[in-house]
Order: sequence, then structure tokens, then C-alpha cells
Amino acid sequence: MTDSITIASDQQNSIPLWLLAELSYSCPLQCAYCSNPVNYPEARSSELSTAEWKTVFKDARKMGAVQLGLSGGEPLVRSDLEELIAEARALGFYTNLITSAVGADAARLAAIHEAGLDHIQISFQGSNEAVNDHFAGTKSFHHKVMMAKEAKKLGFPMVLNFVLHRQNIHQIADMLRLAEDLKADFVELANSQYYGWALKNIDALLPSRHQLINAEAITNDFRKNHKGNMEVIFVVPDYYENRPKACCNGWATTFVTVTPDGNIQPCQSAQVLPGFELPNVRQQSLEWAWRESPLFNAFRGTDWMQEPCRSCPEKEQDLGGCRCQAFLLTGDVNATDPVCDLSPRHSDIENVVASAQNISDLNEDGFSYDINKPNDAVQPLIFRNPKNAKILTEK
Amino acid sequence: MTNISGNTSVKISRQFRFQWEEAQQGFVLLYPEGMIQLSPSAGEILSRCQQQTTVADIIRDLQTTFAEADPDELANDVMEFIHEANDQGWLDINF
Repeated sequence: MTDSITIASDQQNSIPLWLLAELSYSCPLQCAYCSNPVNYPEARSSELSTAEWKTVFKDARKMGAVQLGLSGGEPLVRSDLEELIAEARALGFYTNLITSAVGADAARLAAIHEAGLDHIQISFQGSNEAVNDHFAGTKSFHHKVMMAKEAKKLGFPMVLNFVLHRQNIHQIADMLRLAEDLKADFVELANSQYYGWALKNIDALLPSRHQLINAEAITNDFRKNHKGNMEVIFVVPDYYENRPKACCNGWATTFVTVTPDGNIQPCQSAQVLPGFELPNVRQQSLEWAWRESPLFNAFRGTDWMQEPCRSCPEKEQDLGGCRCQAFLLTGDVNATDPVCDLSPRHSDIENVVASAQNISDLNEDGFSYDINKPNDAVQPLIFRNPKNAKILTEK
Repeated sequence: MTNISGNTSVKISRQFRFQWEEAQQGFVLLYPEGMIQLSPSAGEILSRCQQQTTVADIIRDLQTTFAEADPDELANDVMEFIHEANDQGWLDINF
């Protein structure tokens, strides 16, 4: 009697069911795998106003958007967050707050609850204070634990999200225990994917195959032995797959992202693709961007493909993979995602994966350096902060 | 099979939000970062489970609304759906 979400075949008439509102790129954390663009500080002076966001929500809802992700950066840096949640909820959105919990306290969470938030997702960067605070670049572990307890006290469904990489994946059993102790409804153990900041840091972040197999085995054991209600999702980095993932459930079929400065994009990183003028809510309507804009129509369906995708029997399944990854690794926006082992550039992925197998950079604690002496790192992490953004942008 | 009868009391679980979606012309169940699109009949049944109610009351109400339908067949469809919805975790049930 039910149908799960399917990719609409008539894509131009499809509905942007999911709106991701990146309210601000500002963030008290400095994660080295952040999905925000490397030049994120440039958006700071032109962030959308409260009124502009409300118009975005209204327009998206009119087109049929029903899931709203309030994200960033850190959405809590917006002092109008409660007002935006209340507006979205009144419009009929299911509202998801995607946060580090830094910037919340018990009173603010209660206000957010009062405003009508449906669900909260809290990120952790490790299973204990030392690791979490090191990779977050901010003292935050104990605060996150406190806020997760508050969130459950208020009755929110709660997802805990751990981004996994080479230097914290050995903590996976402790991460699962922490999530269980905090009464999470879902826990996502999601390996970093390699765009933007993460791509700059890939040598220090990509786990070895052995690390992955081990982590997945521990996860499966946990699923078998813990009969509670917590659902566990494990995501491998696509560098270890033979076929790419369809971008965002299919380019411009389901998802639309609005960036802090109002750009309308089919995914969070589409601004890296050359040759497109990004539609912006200050100049164009969401509906025009979705149905008419060159950016959204560029990779809908399969007509844009070149070989080996064009004649591939699996082209409808993965739709050529991720456009941003294809461009970042090959310089060609129309290329087959090199994750695919049929791509002529797949050897690039294999080389990166091969060099990740040597774990001699990791000490017995699982890190590439004494966590108290980060300057000794073999592969120092480039943390996401304005100083590093400036250095990388000038390069 | 779970022991569901006419006296069983049901209500949509707090983990889900049930609503009409104009753009999809159908009812949906919403949950964290996800959505279940409901068929018209599933939507009709769940729209009667927004407050605590008994399976017998749902059946009676649907038989009134859809007077042209075969009443026994309709009752069977409802029972079948309530079982499925319970398996999916969409309902809070009191036997």
C-alpha cells in the first residue's frame, strides 16, 4: 500500500521534496572535512535576511518541498533560528536541525522545541573529549553530551552523526556505546566524502581498507547484539566502491540547496562547477531555478553523458555519479565519476586508495601524531578556518 | 500474527507526522529526513487514526463514507492494513 520515495521519471516536473537551507557558513568548529566551500568566508557579508529566508521557505513549500534541513556552518549562530523554525513549521515543513550543538543551552533548546522543531541531528567528532575536541578544533565534547541529553528530555527524535576518518575510525565501538547511552534514535557512522576541505586533507583522512572492514564488522556485531531501538547507519567512503553514487538521489530530482548568500543549487558543492551562473533568490525565483535554469537542467537525466556512461546499461542507476567529484578529479564536468571502475580515470582513485593502505603514519593510539603535539604531524590537517581559507583561496 | 481485533485501539505513532501534501495529491507520513507516500486507501485509514480510536470504529466510519464498497471486503482491507502499519511501526497499539 505504500511507495517509498522514487526518482520521478518526468524530471523537469519533479518536486524538490528536500530543501537544505544553509543558514550561515559561520561555525565555531573547524572540521577538516567540512562540506562548505573552501572560500566560505566570502559569503559572510551577504547572508540572507530573516525575511528573505521566509520567502524561500514559502516558495519551496508551494512547489511541494516537505523536508527542510536547517544547516550551515552552524545554524545556531543565527539569532533568528527560532523564528525561522516557527515559520517553516507553520508552512507544513518537517523541520530537521543539523547542528554541532555549540551555541545551544537548555533554554535555547526549549525555545527551539517551542518553535516546533521536529527533529535534531547532533554531530560528534570523536567518542571522547580528547579526540572530539581535537578534530572539532574546539572544546565541545562535554557540551554536546549535555545538549544531547537535553534534546532527549524535550522528546526530540535524535540522530547522532559521527563523521569517520582514518584517525577516529578506531573509536567506532565507543561511538556506538556513547550513542546508546545518550538514547539516540538513529546513529550515522558516515565516512567523510572527499570534496572541498576533505579533498585538501585526503591523505590524512582516508582510512585503509583494513580499518574500514574492521569498523563495519564492529558495527554489524553491535547491530546483532543490541536489540534496542537505535538504528545504525554505516556509510563507506565511495572511494572504496566500484560504482559511483547517484548525486543527491539524481541531479535536480529531489534536492535543492540554498546557500547562506542565496545561491540556489542542486547540491551543496555545485558552486565548484565551472561555466554556470548560479541562480540566486535575490534575482530569480526558486521555481525558475528548478525548472528553467541551465544549471539545474545541465545534468538531468542521461542525455548529457559521454562514454563510457552513454552506452552503459547501468546509467539509469548511478546517473554517471557525482558531477562535483568528476570535475574535481578530472577537470571535466561531463566525465564519468572516477569512482566507477569503468572510468578511464579510475586509476587516480586506485592510487589514492593504495597510498591509504600504508598506516605507518598512525601511532598505536590511532593518530598520525601525539594528539597533544599536533605540530609533529606527518600529515598536518588543514583545519577549516578563515586563515586557512585565505591561504587555499590565494593558491 | 499479532492479535489485532475490532476492540484494538490504535493511533499514529508520535515518531511520525501524518499530513496531506497538495503537490503530491496524497497523504504522507514524515519522519526524520524521510517520507512515506501513502496510497489513497492507506491515507483514508490513517486519517482516521489521528486520535486514539478502535479498529471497529475505523471500519464503521469507512463503511459509511464508502457505502458503495463491499462492507466485508473493506473490513478485511482495513485489518490487513492495520497489521502492516503496525509491523512498520507507524501505530501505537493497545490490545
